[in-house]
Amino acid sequence: MSMLEYRRFSSLEDALRFLSERPDAKIVAGGTDLVVQMRMGKLKPSTVADIRGIRELRGIRESDEGLEIGALTTIEEIRESSLVERLAPPLWEAAQEFATWQIRNMGTLGGNLCNASPAADTAPPLMVLGARVRTARLGGGRTIPIEEFFRGPGETILEKGELLTHVHIPRPGDSEGHAFQRLGRRVAHILSIVSAAAAVGVEDGRIGWVRVALGSVAPTPVRARTVERELTGKTPSRDLIKSASEKVLNDIKPISDVRASAEYRRAMSVVLVRRVLEKALRRAGA
Amino acid sequence: MRIRFTLNGRRVEVDAPPHITLLELLRNYLRTTGVKRGCETGECGACTILMDGKPVNSCLILAPMAEGAEIVTVEGLAEDGRLHPIQEAFIEENALQCGYCTPGFLITAKALLDRVPEPSVELVKDALTGNICRCGAYRMIISAVLRASEKMRTTSASQG
Repeated sequence: MSMLEYRRFSSLEDALRFLSERPDAKIVAGGTDLVVQMRMGKLKPSTVADIRGIRELRGIRESDEGLEIGALTTIEEIRESSLVERLAPPLWEAAQEFATWQIRNMGTLGGNLCNASPAADTAPPLMVLGARVRTARLGGGRTIPIEEFFRGPGETILEKGELLTHVHIPRPGDSEGHAFQRLGRRVAHILSIVSAAAAVGVEDGRIGWVRVALGSVAPTPVRARTVERELTGKTPSRDLIKSASEKVLNDIKPISDVRASAEYRRAMSVVLVRRVLEKALRRAGA
Repeated sequence: MRIRFTLNGRRVEVDAPPHITLLELLRNYLRTTGVKRGCETGECGACTILMDGKPVNSCLILAPMAEGAEIVTVEGLAEDGRLHPIQEAFIEENALQCGYCTPGFLITAKALLDRVPEPSVELVKDALTGNICRCGAYRMIISAVLRASEKMRTTSASQG
């Protein structure tokens, strides 16, 4: 590993100005992904911009619309937050089984999203919650739906000099249910083989709307829109959920790797989608 | 570059290149070799230290990230030549064989007991998932953490 320059920032404005002048600078938040990538030789940044001192990017707040989580908020802070438990249940569930205590204490929500691993466990929950991400850059910024954020493994829509600053999660309504489940070789410190999240709104005994998302089964975290279409407007039943879950095969493109074969991922996607749908519907009171 | 922080209660200032990890800084520049180098990818927990009271993998932290932090390593557990109750409990329960993982386990256990003085077995297991013992002393390690919890509560009760 080598690096020529290390810069610390406590002001967002200073950081953005620096990043606009030095587009090759690599940002460090928690460091848990960056240091591993540097050690493996995948990344050789000549400049590292440490944004950990920017206080406005930290913390969990309840706003009028719901929840605002700063990009520098650690996974452990999310895990321990009763606000997140109440207002973003599947994100809270994902944080419970996330890596290890040591890694959760350093790893940040923004880092998990910006590294854009197909296996990022915070992504499917945020997708079913209808979250939006806010970015900042010199002279502006934008707010976009989380599912438009990812472009491929390790790739996001962020441009040079642009920082992810906050995640906004709308307040869940009454008779809305959520669930998250992941499958790995063991609970702790293992990348997911498949992860799935669901959110459902029940209206007059019918599925008014539903969102399903999965991780580790495509180049990016994905919505299962075929499953969603199959369910919307219908009266929930065991058979309906079972047949709709099987449709997830139209929405995913898993690969075989060291963790599991594509075949196993397909089979498990069906199972996990069924389980999160059942749980979300139960929690919605259906 | 110059890096300043508190190490086991003492202020330190050290010059080091910015690309090295906190693990390398602690072992090679400051000689706190109780911090062990294991997998160097954040999987084994041998390099666990406390940073501002929280257990973290020092192998995944760039040295300059420690600026201004309070760092505690296994060297900071004993006081006035007396072992910490967690260290005593590890000895009494034979909670180690080769001992390489022990500094990491001691530090994670301290972080847990500082936060939750009387943890359940389940909570102890959950807290220790980031520390691996290849000798397989897990059962004794869990007993040692529970014994340490008892010791620490008795001590603080007799002092209070």
